[in-house]
Amino acid sequence: MATAVATPPADHHEEEHHEHPSWLAHHFDDAEQQFDAGKLGMWLFLVTEVLFFSGMFCAYALYRNRNPEVFEFCSTFLNEKLGAINTGVLLFSSLTMAWAVRASQLRETKTLIGMLAATLGCAAIFLGVKAVEYSHKWGLGLFPGKFYVSQIEGAHHSEVPYLWYLCIPSLVLLVCFVLYYVYGVVSASKFHLRVAGPLVVAAGCYFAGVGLGVYLEAEAEVSHSIAHAPASHTDHATADHSHEATVPDATVPDAAVPGVNLLGIEASTTHDVAITPAESSTPDSSVNQKGMAGLFFSIYYCMTGVHAFHILGGMAVITWLIVKSANLEFHSKYYGPVDNVGLYWHLVDFIWIYLFPLLYLIT
Amino acid sequence: MSVVTKPVTMPSPSKEVGVEDNYLTHSSGFLSWALTLDHKRIGVMYLACIMSAFALGGALALMIRLHLWNPNLDPSQAWLSNKVYNQVFTLHGAVMVFLFIIPSIPAALGNFLLPIMLGSKDVAFPRLNLGSFYLWVTGACFFLFSIFATGLDTGWTFYTPYSIESQGPIVAATMGVFVLGFSSIFTGLNFIVTINTMRPPGMTWFRMPLFLWAVYSTSIIQVLATPVLGITMLLLAAERILGIGIFDAKLNGDPVAFQHFFWFYSHPAVYIMILPAMGIISELMSVHSHKGIFGYRMIAYSSVAIALFGFLVWGHHMFTAGMADVTAIVFSALTFTVSIPSAIKVFNWVGTMYKGTVSLNTPMLYALAFIFLFTIGGLTGLFLGALSMDMHLHDTYFVVAHFHYVMMGGTLVAFLGGLFHWWPKMTGKMFNDFWGIVSAAIVFVGFNLTFLPQFVLGTRGMPRRYASYQLEFQDLHRLSTIGALMLGMGLLVAGLTLLHSLFYGKKAPRNPWGGATLEWECSSPPPHDNFSSAPAVGDPYEFSNIEYDSKTGGYIKKK
Repeated sequence: MATAVATPPADHHEEEHHEHPSWLAHHFDDAEQQFDAGKLGMWLFLVTEVLFFSGMFCAYALYRNRNPEVFEFCSTFLNEKLGAINTGVLLFSSLTMAWAVRASQLRETKTLIGMLAATLGCAAIFLGVKAVEYSHKWGLGLFPGKFYVSQIEGAHHSEVPYLWYLCIPSLVLLVCFVLYYVYGVVSASKFHLRVAGPLVVAAGCYFAGVGLGVYLEAEAEVSHSIAHAPASHTDHATADHSHEATVPDATVPDAAVPGVNLLGIEASTTHDVAITPAESSTPDSSVNQKGMAGLFFSIYYCMTGVHAFHILGGMAVITWLIVKSANLEFHSKYYGPVDNVGLYWHLVDFIWIYLFPLLYLIT
Repeated sequence: MSVVTKPVTMPSPSKEVGVEDNYLTHSSGFLSWALTLDHKRIGVMYLACIMSAFALGGALALMIRLHLWNPNLDPSQAWLSNKVYNQVFTLHGAVMVFLFIIPSIPAALGNFLLPIMLGSKDVAFPRLNLGSFYLWVTGACFFLFSIFATGLDTGWTFYTPYSIESQGPIVAATMGVFVLGFSSIFTGLNFIVTINTMRPPGMTWFRMPLFLWAVYSTSIIQVLATPVLGITMLLLAAERILGIGIFDAKLNGDPVAFQHFFWFYSHPAVYIMILPAMGIISELMSVHSHKGIFGYRMIAYSSVAIALFGFLVWGHHMFTAGMADVTAIVFSALTFTVSIPSAIKVFNWVGTMYKGTVSLNTPMLYALAFIFLFTIGGLTGLFLGALSMDMHLHDTYFVVAHFHYVMMGGTLVAFLGGLFHWWPKMTGKMFNDFWGIVSAAIVFVGFNLTFLPQFVLGTRGMPRRYASYQLEFQDLHRLSTIGALMLGMGLLVAGLTLLHSLFYGKKAPRNPWGGATLEWECSSPPPHDNFSSAPAVGDPYEFSNIEYDSKTGGYIKKK
């Protein structure tokens, strides 16, 4: 308890038998009942979350089973290094979250807030990396479904600064948090400083994630372009800007046969080419079209997008926990919220552990 | 049911004189209701909103029936244009399913009764409970928007590919369903946790009232099935906004996959609708026969069995949509198994009445109507579960009649029975039993007149959802329309009877029917905290120590 900042008011409450302490809701008999109810509720909620995602996993299984070659082709557009880093980041955040639960039981407020801040920061790094991945794909025209732009000659290279757009909200938040921190310093309020500190760190972490992502993505581009130097038409990173990518739709081969290819397996056997992008990054036309690669990216964006929304939700509740921790509300009899948010966070992590190999590691 | 322990004490009746403190008078003002965390008030708010939705859905139903008075072979002469007709039946289905039937019994009666029957002060998560209510309101707003925006004409099932191409406000409607789904999930979650963790000492699983078993099973389905609907609706919205193509054949997607996703929720949802109704009937049968329920354990287990079987039969909605033969046979066989637990329940209810002292009052008449109508609805389901028959009957009026017998003849009638049964507890007022009985009679006759002809129409090949029909069907359609008007009258009488009681009803005694479950041990209406101290728990179906007390007009427990 050396690091404990807490004052022990809550301990007094435990002595008063008939009084309901403030942390115990009026309709519960005792702390144990309240804790059990919260925990069971969270587990049930996690069950609903698993079923919520299961719909998309079913769609994934269905379409991968029909068009395995599409999934092989498309996964080469996903940067495994970034995916692996994000996996590591989330795993680490699960560790800090579990540590936070322990700290809340022990009333080690400093450790608790530190661990929650670390978790929040990891979540921000994850989103930063994800922002780079998304914007990079959008730049290439790898959109879902009917907005998919076929990856052919010279490729689509959009000048829209998607990454900047994705950074604006975080930038605004960072400014707000810094101002809040300054307010905390000025008013010399321990509470505000305890809350604002982690928030500033988290918002900063987002940009750390973006920086990391940009660096690794550029590196991948370079190695990619070296590998395909003879082909030369895949060089997005160094493409000169006069070569703007308004590929006319007429050259897109998919327009000819939309909807015919209901059973993609047959189509691929007739074309008789399994695409291995190592040989050529201009894919076979049976794969490189809205209903094929586009469908993959639909599934990719749906799964990772819904997962990212769950990360955002997790960040919101972790922030709420930081506020409560800064208020010194948690102690050995009342740490249910930390425990339950922890369970939720592990689930979000867990889902990513499935998403990563299913999407990134196909080849 | 061999239970030896008898209830020892009753909660002391506090404040018999002066201004009575109950949940209705505990505090006043709009905000005291709008922000209440009291499960009883939330239940009453749900009741009011759900009944409004029911009135809306009912009005739309009458529009459909009135339109079908004539064959409308020339659409320009018809009362409703074909387009409007499509919108009317879509909204009728969507409003009735998502706004009325699914939340009706669990959210309104369940919310009110569950904690009281458990002898606890509230549900486990009161704030989440209020949140569920507001999610319902939000979902209802989305629906109202799609009514006024006009053009929602996909049918309540939102089948692709039409729902991708239709010009209507599909995204608003799917978001409405998504939000309503979460309302339903949170209610179910709340109930499961409450029943698991907040039962009072002495109330073992097998001393719970059967209504709670039914609500518990319902909640399991709500929690397990509804998220799948959520993601399906989200994908459908993404389909329309982003063109993701997962359900779009033009982009190599699979429209039948949508049907699988949709029915993976919506078939279990059928049991979300009927299971709580079965719970109500179990209570009504026992209390109004003044005899312990026959086969308590079998009824309890059959509720859980229905909940579990319900997950395995969704494919029977797609026998004609294209499916491997083996799959179809397996789904058909599984469909038949659901009839076993349902039949067990019916036999047990009938067995409960045998040698009982049956009071033929309003709730009991509704309960009897339920058994009759539900049996017809259930048995005609077997016709549809049989593969060869379904090929002929699929998408005809036979299907329409079948599910109305289950959903309306089953759930709605049970809901009304339950409403009359617990009305004195909820409002503290007795209704006029004569008019209640009249309403039950009109509803029963009107219902059969509406839907029995539809079975015949269906077997003769009248397809559902058509705005016009051949002349040969006219007589049966007109019978059905007359029945629908009569049914509307009956429901109006029921509603007026209840409303009348609010203003002119006699004060309700603590236990007007002679029930033995815990809700009859607190005053009518219950106080704010339900029970000042945890009540003693006895056998919920032990009536030997309950006798009529002519002084209060209700029943009391012998000491």
